[in-house]
Amino acid sequence: MKVEQISIFLENKPGGLSSVTKALSDAKINIRALSLADTSDFGILRLIVDNVAKAKEVLNEKGFAVGKTHVVAVEVPDRPGGLNSILELLTGKGINVEYMYAFVERSGENAVIIFRFDSTDEAIEALKNNGFNVLKGEKVYGL
Amino acid sequence: MIYNEEFETLPREAIEALQLKRLQQVVSRVYHTVGFYRKAFDNAGVTPDDVRSLDDLKRLPFTCKQDLRDNYPFGLFTVPMSNIVRLHASSGTTGKPTVVGYTQRDIETWATLMARSFVAAGLSKNDIIHNAYGYGLFTGGLGAHYGAEKLGASVIPMSGGSTKKQIMLLQDFGPTAICCTPSYLLYLAEAGKEMGVDMSSLRLRVGILGAEPWSERMREQIERALDITALDIYGLSEIMGPGVAMECIEGRCGLHIYEDHFIVEVIDPATGEALPYGKTGELVFTTITKEAFPLIRYRTKDISRLMPQVCKCGRTFVRMERVSGRSDDMLIIRGVNVFPSQIESVLLEIDGLEPHYQLIVDREGSLDTLEVQVEVREKIFSDEIRELQNMEKRITKDIKDYLGVTAKVKLVEPKSLQRFEGKAQRVIDKRII
Repeated sequence: MKVEQISIFLENKPGGLSSVTKALSDAKINIRALSLADTSDFGILRLIVDNVAKAKEVLNEKGFAVGKTHVVAVEVPDRPGGLNSILELLTGKGINVEYMYAFVERSGENAVIIFRFDSTDEAIEALKNNGFNVLKGEKVYGL
Repeated sequence: MIYNEEFETLPREAIEALQLKRLQQVVSRVYHTVGFYRKAFDNAGVTPDDVRSLDDLKRLPFTCKQDLRDNYPFGLFTVPMSNIVRLHASSGTTGKPTVVGYTQRDIETWATLMARSFVAAGLSKNDIIHNAYGYGLFTGGLGAHYGAEKLGASVIPMSGGSTKKQIMLLQDFGPTAICCTPSYLLYLAEAGKEMGVDMSSLRLRVGILGAEPWSERMREQIERALDITALDIYGLSEIMGPGVAMECIEGRCGLHIYEDHFIVEVIDPATGEALPYGKTGELVFTTITKEAFPLIRYRTKDISRLMPQVCKCGRTFVRMERVSGRSDDMLIIRGVNVFPSQIESVLLEIDGLEPHYQLIVDREGSLDTLEVQVEVREKIFSDEIRELQNMEKRITKDIKDYLGVTAKVKLVEPKSLQRFEGKAQRVIDKRII
């Protein structure tokens, strides 16, 4: 039920981001979702791609520090209060959201949100028990 | 065990009396045989007769590496070439090498001091010593070799290089001790492991390691990888070669300087002023028994401090702390002396950090700033900003705690800092003073 996300350390300088996208583009790897967290000095680019192993390989070859993290992709009803219903559930369970970002594509009528929780397994359990659709990795990479 | 117990355990007053007698002899000899010294003494307004106590040493001028270059190759020798039996030369990274000469008696003294060093490392004639210091112009190989033979140990004159052969001999000949640079021993340990050799089950029990600066952290790595005791040896070709000072296996805390042959001082590298025991500064040596090439107050550029407390091994010679850096690398940041090597040891204390770093010194208004750029490797990379910021804070705090200077830490991409073959240039000083 977990989705593999890769993350890349980037210095805050011109051309930093494009050197990553160029490497991925050359390797014909498709970016499915992304978020960029930054401070004044550096940033962390987080990506969901269609081929995790290959993406990590080509980025390592280019000399980037690349991390792999398990995140959770959840279908969120595309209506007012959709996201809130998920967050309320997790707050009730004492689960913390480290960060989250939205997926580019929709899954049917629903939006897809990527979450990084402090306790991933508990979160998946709670979401499933409460009728939320947690997407499998293979599904997400191919959306 | 102590090799020359009668000398190595002399009471302080006796050491000093011996030093003064020998100092007076050598000062008089260089003054009367070497034009360079006569001129330098005359310029400083001193004569050999002015040296009446050890304290008078301070009145004599320093000798530095440039003086050796200016008198290249044999200009500072005090004996005719017919009395010289050996020449060595330092690798001159810039310009001409520095050349040193030895008489038969100098070679004998050197061998004795190396034998002392081996005994201080717990070795005896029953040991087999694998000598992986380079043989040749470099003093390491032959210096250790003659000392091992003097002791009566079996020496394997392996020299450097041929890693696979080194590992084969370490397995087949079963040496109990190895001499080489610490970084080469670590390299051998890794290479052996890759060849499928259990490097911790060799008969090796002690490493006599020197010829480059290293850290306590590196000592731990070596000791763990090979299951040996790693000891520090100090020397420089100008003074004699390896065996000027040696760490004893009993104390493992500082290196005993062979004070019956060398007088050591620690000076403030900026002012040249002699510093008291315990203060960190540049090591200065005067050789008091060398025949061919004595040196008066030679500035080593090596940074250390002296520990006068008597060691538990019984040796009374003063100890020097492991060399922590070179005075030519010293930075003064807001009045605090900072050596790149100190920053390096702070970084190496943190798990997952590698010694790839760059220091940028600048001045904002009237305030010096120090930026430490550190490469982010996957071991310390996290996808959470908070974790990386904690890493920055931790490095800043450790530098502050250890060096007393506030640095701005900047994480940079892997392999983005320049790599150096040979001497690393870690510092970019942008200050216009």
